This record gives sequence, C-alpha cells and structure tokens, in this order.
Amino acid sequence: MLTKRIIPCLDIKNGRTVKGTNFVDLHDAGDPVELAALYAVQGADELVFLDITATNEKRKTLAELVDRIAQRINIPFTVGGGISSVEDVRLLLDHGADKISINTSAFKSPNLIDQLAAEFGSQCVVLAIDTKQHDDGEWYVYLNGGRVATETRCLDWAIEGVKRGAGEILLTSMDHDGTKSGFAKEITGIVSKHVPVPIIASGGGGEPKHFAEILNGIADAALAASVFHFGEIAIPDLKKYLSEQNIPIRLNC
Amino acid sequence: MKLVMIKYNAGNTRSLQYALRRLGVEPLITDDAEEILSADKIIFPGVGEASSAMKYLRSKQLDQVITQVKQPFLGICLGMQLMCTHSDENDTACLGIFESTVKLFKANDPSLKIPQIGWNTIGNLKSNLFNGIAENSHCYFVHSYYAHLGDHTIATTDYCSPYSAALHRDNFYGVQFHPEKSALVGEKIIENFINEDLLCR
Repeated sequence: MLTKRIIPCLDIKNGRTVKGTNFVDLHDAGDPVELAALYAVQGADELVFLDITATNEKRKTLAELVDRIAQRINIPFTVGGGISSVEDVRLLLDHGADKISINTSAFKSPNLIDQLAAEFGSQCVVLAIDTKQHDDGEWYVYLNGGRVATETRCLDWAIEGVKRGAGEILLTSMDHDGTKSGFAKEITGIVSKHVPVPIIASGGGGEPKHFAEILNGIADAALAASVFHFGEIAIPDLKKYLSEQNIPIRLNC
Repeated sequence: MKLVMIKYNAGNTRSLQYALRRLGVEPLITDDAEEILSADKIIFPGVGEASSAMKYLRSKQLDQVITQVKQPFLGICLGMQLMCTHSDENDTACLGIFESTVKLFKANDPSLKIPQIGWNTIGNLKSNLFNGIAENSHCYFVHSYYAHLGDHTIATTDYCSPYSAALHRDNFYGVQFHPEKSALVGEKIIENFINEDLLCR
C-alpha cells in the first residue's frame, strides 16, 4: 500500500540553514547536508529545501549545495525558491535534485509549468501555493512568500496548474503557518478532491495528532519545519504514532 | 568491476552515480557500444517519456546494443518499462525483452492519485536481487504507467491493482522503483546487483 509521507522542510540562505536547530549531536547544525542526513536516517520520507538567498551568486551556491545533498542523501528531495526558468530547473536537476517547486514565477507566467512538464516531466514539477482565507470565506493565492495578495482563488489556480502539468501541489495555509494549531483541513480537502495529483499539506503542524488529522483521507503528505528542527516532534515517534492510528506509514527504515 | 550506466536523453543520472559511489563503485557513464558490451554489469536508468526515449535509443542504435548484452543488466523505472514489449505512453514499441506491456494507471478510487508518488511495498520477492530484503519492504516509486504481472515478474506492488515492481529474464533485470532513492532497502538492492553472482547468457 502506498504510504503517507512526512516531509521536513529546510530553509536555506547562502548555502546554510536559516533557522537554528537544537540537535546537539550535529557537528554543524547550520549545514543543511548534515541536518538532511539526520532526517533521512530518522525516517523522513522526503525532504524539501527552500532557498531564500537573494544574491546574484544564488544559482551557483544552490547548485553546489544540491550536489552535496545528492552525494549524501538516499531519499528523494525537492528544491524550491526563486526558480523562474527552464535553465534554472535544468541546473538543479542536473546536480541531483529529484523535483523542483515553483510558486510566484509560475503564477506570473503560467506557461512555465507547461514548459517544465514538457521538458522534464510532470513528476518533477511541484506547484507551491500560499493561500489565505478572506472575509468572503474564499481562499486566495498569495505571492512573494505571502507578501502580495491576488484575486485568484486557490482552487482555481491549483486546477489550472495541474492542467498545465504540475505533478504535485504543495499547499501552505498562511492562516495556519506558525500557529502549531493544526493543518488547514478545509482548503486542503477541497483542493485534494478537485485535483488528481498528490497534495502536500503545509502550515500548522504542531502535534502528532495534527498530522494524523490531515493525513487521514485529506492529504498525501505533510510538511513541517520548526517542530522537527527544534525536536518538538521526533520523526520516529511521529511515524510510530501515525501507524498506530492506522495511517499507512513507512516504518523500519 | 567495470560498471556502465547507459547515457541517453532520459533524466538525470547524478543520484544513481552517487548511490553507486557510496557503495564504492565508480560507474562509467557512456553511450559507446564497445564500452557497454565490455562492461561487467550494466545499469539502464531513466526518467521521462517513453516514445522520445525509444526514438533516441534507435537513432544511436542503442536498442540493438542493449538486446545483445549478455552481462547482468538492470533497468530502472523508465528503463525497465522500455525493456517491455510495448508502452501505451504515446503508443511506443519498446525493446521486447520482458513479455509485459506498459499501461496507464486507472484509478477506480478517486483517492488514488496519478502519478503514484511515494513509498509503496514490494512483495512476492523471487530473485537473488532481493537477497536480504524482507517481504513488504518499502521502496520509492514515481510513475504513471506500470507493467502488468507476468511470467517475468519477480516482485509485486499494489496500486490501483497488483503490478510488476520488478521483472527478470535471463541476464536482464528491471525495477520500477528507484533503488537510488529508496534509503537502505534500495542501497541493498543496488549492492546485490553489484555483488551477487547474477545470471549471464
């Protein structure tokens, strides 16, 4: 049976992890490769690296990091953050990334999704959507890391993105992100029901039961960052708990 | 050990190259017929679309080289599918090594997403490629098309319906999952391919 995936996300700036961690056993907690290797051993099913570097050196630094990750890690990983062209993607895939995620650039030029799917296949194109619920009850797309609102409904954009060739949706609820009060079940469920590709839920996971709630018939995978980085939730304990809740999970890794 | 990875236009090979390197083997990545035919073992990777991959293989006459190979040969993902007789992906005639055809997943349950992306179990393991691998171990799969069950099936996975997670005929092996991305289970399968005394023709 296909299992549900647990995905730690690492924010990267200039080749280093941005947020601290409290893993005392890491030689260098700022080294994304060391942290990634630890998560892989603990049973993470995939990893996401989100690059927030804004300099011109970005592409080269990121490609070098992706190469170092690929040398060390034996599970799949996705790289995102400021990717805006076929050439950006080719560089990252050539250096060993399994998938790339696109967000603002895809919204501004939706044709990028078609181009990437045609060139590299849908299986490596993850469409990341940041969304927020407005007073009218609808969920809207936000860009530029959540700083810029749009008038496009989240569901409409997800459907269009998949039609154009996105192979997965990474859906972050800005209303839930950082709250540790649980994932956005409603919008995640709506998107999951209306698109035929896997959905990764992101934002709000604070306790093991939140992961069980979102993975039980709603999302295909759940992503979180700080609860893993700060050891609030240990991945082996989380996976054991989910398995006890009868959610299909990969154990004994 | 001379291990060749066949170079063609289907997908990135970097992860597989590094997985082999972690096991102490430096692969030669080439599309040269002599190098391929003189290797001890050969890996045929692949991520991408069947018809353009087959077209490229034919344009380089690699289709004829591959079917001549007598050494242990392992196709991965699209590589395995191209070793079957036919793929429904753009109605493509393939290499015809395995008597299986490749079809698009049909979800009878809307909760089954296509492509299948993630970790699924492999069972009914019937080959020394899987020595030391427990029944129902998890491997990482990414695919929309699958090979049906048949005489050459040596591992089974269930998604929409049971299908071939791995195939074997003579010196030819194929796995649908990505061993290079399947953590320690995948590492052991690659190690078996390198170290086991597998059949030659």
